[in-house]
Amino acid sequence: MEIPYAVKPRPDTGVYNAKLGMWLFLASEVMLFGGLFSAYILLRVGAPEGTWTQGLLDIRLGTINTVILAFSAVTTLLAWAACKVRDFGKFKMWHGLTILLALVFLGIKSYEYRDKFSHFQIRKADGTYVDGHIAGSKYVDAAGQEREIHHGFRGKTFTEGEKEFTLASVTLNGYEAETLKEINQPERGHKHEHKDITVPAAEIKKIGNYGPAHNTFTAIYFTMTGLHALHILGGVLVIAYFWGPGSKMWHTEPDRFTNRIEVSGLFWHFVDLVWIFLFPILYLT
Amino acid sequence: MDDLKPSDLGSYTRRCFYVFFAVICGTALMVAASLSPISSSGLRISLILVIAAVNATLVATFLMHIVTEKRFVLVVLAFTAIFFVALIGLSSYAQHDVPAIVAPR
Amino acid sequence: MQATHAASHADVHHDHDHDLGFWRKYVFSIDHKVIGIQYGLTALAFLLFGFFLMLMMRWQIAKPGQPIPIVGPLLEAVLGQVAAKGIMSPDLYNSFGAMHGTIMVFLAIVPLASGAFGNYLVPLQVGANDMAFPRLNMVSYQFYFFGGIIMFASFFIPGGAAQAGWTSYAPLSLAIPTDGQTFWLLGMVFLITSSLLGSANIIVTIVQLRAPGLTWMRLPFFVWAQFVASFLLLLAFPPLEAAGIMQLMDKVAGTSMFLPSGLAVGGPLDNVSGGGSPLLWQHLFWFLAHPEVYVLILPAMGIISEIIANNTRKPLWGYRSLVYASLGLGFMSFIVWAHHMYLTGMGTVIATFFQTTTMIISIPSVIILTCLLISLWGGSIRFNTPMLFSLAFLPMFGIGGLTGLPLGFSASDIHLHDTYYVIAHFHYVVAPGTIFALFAGIYFWYPKLTGRMMNEFWGKVHFWLSFVFMNLIFQPMFAQGMAGMLRRMSDGGANYATSVLAKSGVEVTGSLSDMIIRLNNYILWAAVGLALAQIPFIINLFWSIKNGQKVKNDNPWDATTLEWQTPTPPPHGNFLKEPSVYRGPYEYSPLGGKGSDFLPQTEPEGVAQTSSTKH
Ligand code: HEM
Ligand SMILES: [Cu+2]
Repeated sequence: MEIPYAVKPRPDTGVYNAKLGMWLFLASEVMLFGGLFSAYILLRVGAPEGTWTQGLLDIRLGTINTVILAFSAVTTLLAWAACKVRDFGKFKMWHGLTILLALVFLGIKSYEYRDKFSHFQIRKADGTYVDGHIAGSKYVDAAGQEREIHHGFRGKTFTEGEKEFTLASVTLNGYEAETLKEINQPERGHKHEHKDITVPAAEIKKIGNYGPAHNTFTAIYFTMTGLHALHILGGVLVIAYFWGPGSKMWHTEPDRFTNRIEVSGLFWHFVDLVWIFLFPILYLT
Repeated sequence: MDDLKPSDLGSYTRRCFYVFFAVICGTALMVAASLSPISSSGLRISLILVIAAVNATLVATFLMHIVTEKRFVLVVLAFTAIFFVALIGLSSYAQHDVPAIVAPR
Repeated sequence: MQATHAASHADVHHDHDHDLGFWRKYVFSIDHKVIGIQYGLTALAFLLFGFFLMLMMRWQIAKPGQPIPIVGPLLEAVLGQVAAKGIMSPDLYNSFGAMHGTIMVFLAIVPLASGAFGNYLVPLQVGANDMAFPRLNMVSYQFYFFGGIIMFASFFIPGGAAQAGWTSYAPLSLAIPTDGQTFWLLGMVFLITSSLLGSANIIVTIVQLRAPGLTWMRLPFFVWAQFVASFLLLLAFPPLEAAGIMQLMDKVAGTSMFLPSGLAVGGPLDNVSGGGSPLLWQHLFWFLAHPEVYVLILPAMGIISEIIANNTRKPLWGYRSLVYASLGLGFMSFIVWAHHMYLTGMGTVIATFFQTTTMIISIPSVIILTCLLISLWGGSIRFNTPMLFSLAFLPMFGIGGLTGLPLGFSASDIHLHDTYYVIAHFHYVVAPGTIFALFAGIYFWYPKLTGRMMNEFWGKVHFWLSFVFMNLIFQPMFAQGMAGMLRRMSDGGANYATSVLAKSGVEVTGSLSDMIIRLNNYILWAAVGLALAQIPFIINLFWSIKNGQKVKNDNPWDATTLEWQTPTPPPHGNFLKEPSVYRGPYEYSPLGGKGSDFLPQTEPEGVAQTSSTKH
């Protein structure tokens, strides 16, 4: 049994099934990100004074990733065009490049994530803040034995074998601030001086890294870019399948194969489109 | 885009790269706007978002071939756009339109 | 595909089907009809389960603190402390309430209406050999099933199922420390994904796989209804998926997207950052949930239209009006959602906007109802079971819809919001409305699925008892709501009862009179009656598979639409030869028709009298 218009377009609608299906799926994706964008706006507008973080993310990395995705959008298209003119070698080349670019994007993204997980903020008992990347932390066990962790923080206590260690102090490479506003919304052009600052455990009221739970900005940042990264991952898996084992279909049903490349390309362009908005709202404003 | 003849490949490729360079320029403009000394943050943000919208439109029209897409798809996308705007617009407006709290006499 | 080609194909595939083996044929089938039946049976099981949850709750409401008879000890054995001595604790009440709503909406009605009826009938009615993406269709059922399993399993985890209502309002949903909500959110992500895949599939099927000659204005209204409902699912569900993911982040990753600053739950919450927006959840939730109510009602209207046209033996009155009204309904339903939020401290401008759109959306509803009512005019009506359910749908939906109007104005909604009036309103639309339509559909298409009719006598018993008990259950709730009885109270309002308050020497204006409280008792027994009334249906449903009266031919109701032109039951691939369509869907009692009083859509001969050209 064959489903009609699986490969050839239906004359009166002008599209084949999978293409229409992909457009519908993309329409629903638009609404998915619509929900997230509303969330972004409501959280940003409703954020209590001084708590919305600006300028946290590295614009250089964001720009590089924007260029990478934009270029991969072109390679995807040229891969499809190569299929259309029946040039399998070119297809392999362009889509090989697409996959490579996607992996670089994900690599940069995970580097950025890692950076946020090693970026800490301490609220001190006196209400002031220390903010910076973790330089190290000191722990003591019951016997008074000290234990130093370089570039790491293992919570207020941790156990290793029999021994239980309690936090003695934390050292951040960063700066001190009186209010959250100084940290989150520094005056334009202002750069904080960075130095190693050691805070004894007794003075720490709250400590945490810039993971999703840090504040509503990091929450929506991780949620949006995380979902976007999942789309990239899903997309590159599909493209890699068509590039590798799935390309067998080229030799039996080239038209159908070309359709697949077109439809997966549509998805890929959509992912690029989302990034075109994520970049400015998260990095630039 | 249902048909692409081998003879058109060259011009097609060129067009792709034009769009690509336009997007790159747009990105550069966005970054410049964000670092610029424009003091009103409202103006700066609007400027950046307008450029982003232009970039997105370029990608959608030329790379996703919306220019040559079929009517049914366009209608679906138009309605999706309306609902997208409604969702964002109305929820933001509701957030902003709250009754003033008047102290009881 | 050429017609001759198709015929030989169908034969080949008939043999082919036998090779598939049990698993591929019944469990991992890609045949839309098998998938439709899978949806149907699973959803009916959930419908029954959701109903039992409510039955137990009605006991607790009517007799707060008394052990539930018969099932009480069982509950205690399975769930432990929360049902100690067979008494439903408030926590358990909350769980059951939340899960009743969730199950009924997301696991029972929508899967029945869109999953079962949509899957089974849409390809048949458009003359296709299957859905556009058969494999995706299977996957969407599996997602649904898996989501259902997660929801069901959540009853048995420590702390029990979600307790924050089917609406899962934050911060309540996040403040409850148990894992039920996490399961709920995970389950929803699966259900939403399933709906998205399913609805895209239905739309592509309708757009792409219509048989030759089946133009848009020749589609049966049922197909139109599914088309619009699918768009609602496709475009309204994703924001809730986003919100679900965000609430999941709040629940497991410690974020505060829905937790405001300064929130205290048994002391200030120090471990979260705060700064979130509870109203954000409500916006994203209702952005789905209002269109969702039209997803519940549109397929029901589609079913009703088919049955009414068939049993009045005349064309539907105002086919085009029906189509345009349902498109208008679909469009408007995206911009009315905040009428559920009038009491959230909303400003007057935005409230005016949503009141206006809410009033506008009732117009297409009225158009649809009016068309269906006028369709009865002058018909020689066949009062069989499906028709009885369909006829009952009309006034029931009327009551439900009209009582929505006072809710749609913020001034009157201040009084009615969150009371039993709202419960009565939407149950009138969904229970004696949509569920009756679904029953009607089951009785009507059963012969196509099985080749046998369901028993008419027991069908009528089922109808009359259900009809009476439904009204006995829901009508008193309007009174209770207007008297100020709030929903979601595990003691059924006893704490606010005049007599109870008087005992402790307090007199409260607006406390609930004995009469209002006593209604709880009547409702309980009506609900028990409704449960008993379903027994004939359940027996009839299974008994008739083997013992029902055999159909006289492939088209036992003398119907016009394409699904009746298939063998009974339709084989994999559906049609023996590809159908061609020559006319509109409802050519009953055609002018100059000779012999029979109907012209099937595939009939080339005869006077053309499409319902669309008639007016
Ligand atoms: C025809 C016109 C209708 C109008 C004007 C209308 C209006 C409303 C309004 C304003 C509310 C919010 C009440 C409140 O919470 O205070 C409401 C609740 C509700 N309506 Fe309707 N409605 C209509 C039709 C329907 C239909 C067709 C359905 C379902 C098939 C439906 C299902 C619901 C449900 C489920 C709720 C309650 C949700 C909850 O709070 O749990 N309504 N309606
Ligand atoms: Cu509503």
